[in-house]
Amino acid sequence: MFRIYCPYCGELREEEEFHPKGPAHLARPADPDNCTDEQWGDFLYFRDNPRGLHNELWVHALGCRKFFNVTRDTQTYLIKGSYRLGESPDQARTSGDQA
Amino acid sequence: MRQTNRLADGGRIDRSKPLTFSFNGRQYTGYEGDSLSSALIANGVNVIGRSFKYGRPRGIVAAGADEPNAIVQLGATEATQVPNVRATQQPLFDGLVSQPTSGWPSLKFDLLGFSGQVFGRALPPGFYYKTFMFPQTAWKFYEKHIRKAAGLGRSPTEPDVDEYDHLNQHTDVLVVGAGPAGLSAALTAARSGAHVILADEQAEMGGSLLSSRSRINGAEASQWVADTLQELAGMDNVLLLPNATVNGYHDHNFLTIHERRTDHLGDRAPENQTRQRMHRVRADWVVLATGAHERPLVYANNDLPGCMLASAVSTYIRRYAVIPGHSLVAMTTNDAGYQAAFDWQDAGRKVVALVDTRQAPTGDCVEEARRRGIRLLTGHAVIEAKGSTRVSAARVAPLSEDGQHLTGPAEKLACDTIASSGGWSPAVHLSCHTGGRPVWNDDVIGFVPGETLQRQSIAGAIAGTFDLAGCLEQGTQQGAEAARQAGYEAKPAALPTVEEPATGNAMALFCIPHEQRISRAPKQFVDFQNDVTAAAIELATREGFESIEHVKRYTALGFGTDQGKLGNINGMAIAAKSMNKTIAETGTTIFRPNYTPVTFGAIAGRHCDALFDPERHTAMHDWHVRHGALFENVGQWKRPWYYPKPGETMQQSLDRECLATRNGVGILDASTLGKIDIQGKDAREFIGRVYTNAWAKLAVGKCRYGLMCGEDGMVFDDGVTSCLGENHFLMTTTTGGAAHVLEWLELYHQTEWPELEVYMNTVTDHWATMTIAGPDSRKLLAELTDDIDLDKDSFKFMDWRQGTVAGVPARVFRISFTGELSYEINVPANYGLHVWEALFEKGERYNLTPYGTETMHILRAEKGFIIAGQDTDGSMHPYDLGLDWAVKEDKPYSFIGKRGMKREDCLRQDRKQLVGLKTKDPSIVLPEGAQAVDDPKQPVPMTMLGHVTSSYYSANLGRSIAMGVIRGGHQRSGDTVYYPLSDGRVVEAEITSTLFLDPKGERQNV
Repeated sequence: MFRIYCPYCGELREEEEFHPKGPAHLARPADPDNCTDEQWGDFLYFRDNPRGLHNELWVHALGCRKFFNVTRDTQTYLIKGSYRLGESPDQARTSGDQA
Repeated sequence: MRQTNRLADGGRIDRSKPLTFSFNGRQYTGYEGDSLSSALIANGVNVIGRSFKYGRPRGIVAAGADEPNAIVQLGATEATQVPNVRATQQPLFDGLVSQPTSGWPSLKFDLLGFSGQVFGRALPPGFYYKTFMFPQTAWKFYEKHIRKAAGLGRSPTEPDVDEYDHLNQHTDVLVVGAGPAGLSAALTAARSGAHVILADEQAEMGGSLLSSRSRINGAEASQWVADTLQELAGMDNVLLLPNATVNGYHDHNFLTIHERRTDHLGDRAPENQTRQRMHRVRADWVVLATGAHERPLVYANNDLPGCMLASAVSTYIRRYAVIPGHSLVAMTTNDAGYQAAFDWQDAGRKVVALVDTRQAPTGDCVEEARRRGIRLLTGHAVIEAKGSTRVSAARVAPLSEDGQHLTGPAEKLACDTIASSGGWSPAVHLSCHTGGRPVWNDDVIGFVPGETLQRQSIAGAIAGTFDLAGCLEQGTQQGAEAARQAGYEAKPAALPTVEEPATGNAMALFCIPHEQRISRAPKQFVDFQNDVTAAAIELATREGFESIEHVKRYTALGFGTDQGKLGNINGMAIAAKSMNKTIAETGTTIFRPNYTPVTFGAIAGRHCDALFDPERHTAMHDWHVRHGALFENVGQWKRPWYYPKPGETMQQSLDRECLATRNGVGILDASTLGKIDIQGKDAREFIGRVYTNAWAKLAVGKCRYGLMCGEDGMVFDDGVTSCLGENHFLMTTTTGGAAHVLEWLELYHQTEWPELEVYMNTVTDHWATMTIAGPDSRKLLAELTDDIDLDKDSFKFMDWRQGTVAGVPARVFRISFTGELSYEINVPANYGLHVWEALFEKGERYNLTPYGTETMHILRAEKGFIIAGQDTDGSMHPYDLGLDWAVKEDKPYSFIGKRGMKREDCLRQDRKQLVGLKTKDPSIVLPEGAQAVDDPKQPVPMTMLGHVTSSYYSANLGRSIAMGVIRGGHQRSGDTVYYPLSDGRVVEAEITSTLFLDPKGERQNV
């Protein structure tokens, strides 16, 4: 069971408080109406499944309800850190934020 | 009953406290401090069970978690039955009742034992797969007997009377195992001030030191144990957990400890005490000092009762003061095996021979054996045990230097016990749970933990350090390191002085050769619990199973409750040899949680009965209970299902509730519907993007039905949203979907549209909601409010008003899920019961009738209103449901679902579409889920058109009604379809509109 750092609460908390929401940085196409079926299908269904570091979206569901990203190694399950939406993966951290 | 094998003195038992217990229906006595297995040995009980496959008699082999045979059923009463307890790990208590779990139909005469002798060769590895798979239907028959024969015990048929609990903890350092390494690690870490948990699976801490012949600081090792424990017990920062097995090592240093708090006290836990506790521990640093398991040697008939581990023999003699026989042959590949012979001799019984597989062993132990006058046979091995239900002799033969073949004829030595030691396998189990791969070490002759990614270190025998001085030193080092890692400063402490024999090199030998080749020799057992023999493993490799994981699954090696603690390494060595590989090349299987079996009670903890899952009750719940409602679970909510009157059948209740509502007025507790308060200057824009229909012009005071779709265009929720103010909306969701919808809204707001200024929160629990529906609902409401104008032209359908109802501030929504004139009254939840009761007070003259979810379902189905999740299943878009009117395609923003529902596949005309269904025979109610076909006479498998989603008997219409999906159904109105049912009936039905009643919608507009 993971310990996950919430970059909004500024605390490491138990995995039970969080929900995973799939890969991070998955942007909704800006103009859905002009996407081809294939493009829309890619957005809907096709996901990378990397072995190693993976940026993923989590929500502090039983906490502050904020969404944020986590960089996690899919092989070792070690977590490099968390970063807020709008930040980049190299800002992943496990401490330092004020609630 | 006399304890014939009890020694007159010594041991760590209390002879002043005799305890009575029973096994297999017979009464015995033991002493406090005994384990069940030591007490059985004291009473000369040889045969504890029968083996799984061959039904051979089996006795006690080990003294700890590695015991494969002595698996018993405990419990004096039905409610206290515990299956699959290792007798070696169960402390004895007065009144303990135990039964063998294997040995059906009886221990003494065993049908399977007979069949094993006769058919033994006909039961090859993979025999479950080869024998029992066909025909599939027969598995139900086989399974019962296989389970009975497998020694799996039985679960109690009555509820457990004891309580169990969970404890979440954080600690700086968790030390697993309280042998020499664990104790010194815990002591060093604790002295630094770090918070330390020390857990050990045994009733008494000390591990090997409790039966060791070595001395520490000039005294018996057990004295050092006592001193160390005393110091630890006096520290506030230390938690000592005996009887506590660390069973799982999970990610990020999360470990589970199964503590048996009162299992040693009695059949039931004492008053106000829990029986077991599951500790869920997050440790900053973990020291694994789990020790090692001795390997038995594999020789012919090595499963006969009387064949034991050498260390177990020593443990029984020195710790429990019981001796498992009269005359011993001890076989060893290493110096540790000598201790059993010395202990045996010191106990005053006969050591027939000490058989060392090494040609020229050296070291203190060898010298001592000579000095003691024990017959020492070097370069020899026990190749076969003789006897029927107990060892009667050992056949001993000279070995080649590499141990791979015999170099001379065998000699038969009469004895009743054969102890064997093939060396020690580090207990690497916990180190594997998070993915660590053990690595073979030729010096250790065993697998040691490989690299770990956890904050963890190892000390003692788990690291391949088998000498006592080394264990103490490593424990001290790793304890200091753990404290440092946890942020404490550990001072170097002087190591205790140790007197222990100098040892020579051990020999790597696993399977003893026999005069006949493995496949023809008497059975040489590797895994006792699953009757896996050396021949079976060899055969598996011959049949092409090369991966050790496949060999394991094909032969069932390591599948039992001991999880291969005893036999795995021997099995891998045999597999490797048979494939001409090294053990390092073959590798090991991976251990997973749990280390030993965990009771369901400990897993469940307090989460049973009323505490299993939270229940959500509405403000009017007690009223529903008082009025006889039956309840339906919707998520965690308890919703009134219907309100039967005395003598009514369910259908009679539903008919009454349905008719009363359509003809007078009914009332529903709708408080459970999800309610989300949405505010902000962009709230309207936001709602327009998440719903499929138009929201730009919804005026304050108005309500609108909305459909919510995923990006794939499929409907997942619906509900009415009301405009409370220009920038303020109240969204309702389905009862079960409320939490998901809120998270969905937050997801889009936070990730896609952070620029929108909008705030949302759940207000589901803040409001009590009661729906009054029926032609008399306006008259009823009028009696309770004087500040809301109820005139049909000023308070129109799909309007809402703020006012006072029964003296309470209320929001009243004129919306309808029944198609009747209807008002949804929302009041702060604390006033819910008051308003509800006020409605009933005034409602008496209108025969106000409470109705539940079932009537609500019928009434809405009469109007063709869908229930998201019942009539939809994640594969239906709004057009499939005939809700074209609820999609506004020309909204400026491409709302969620718009693009998805335009995909090529979504535009097909032959999609499954929602239609109404009327059975030809109006009295037949179609079962929900029934599949439609065009031609019921077509051969199976038939071409299915779609299934029934909702189906009821409608008292208002005097007939059954149903909704369902049909391929291209919207174009097939008037067609007949057939529903072949599982009972052989075929129901004929006509495709209709889903509007069964009041198709023009006049009833709600009065």
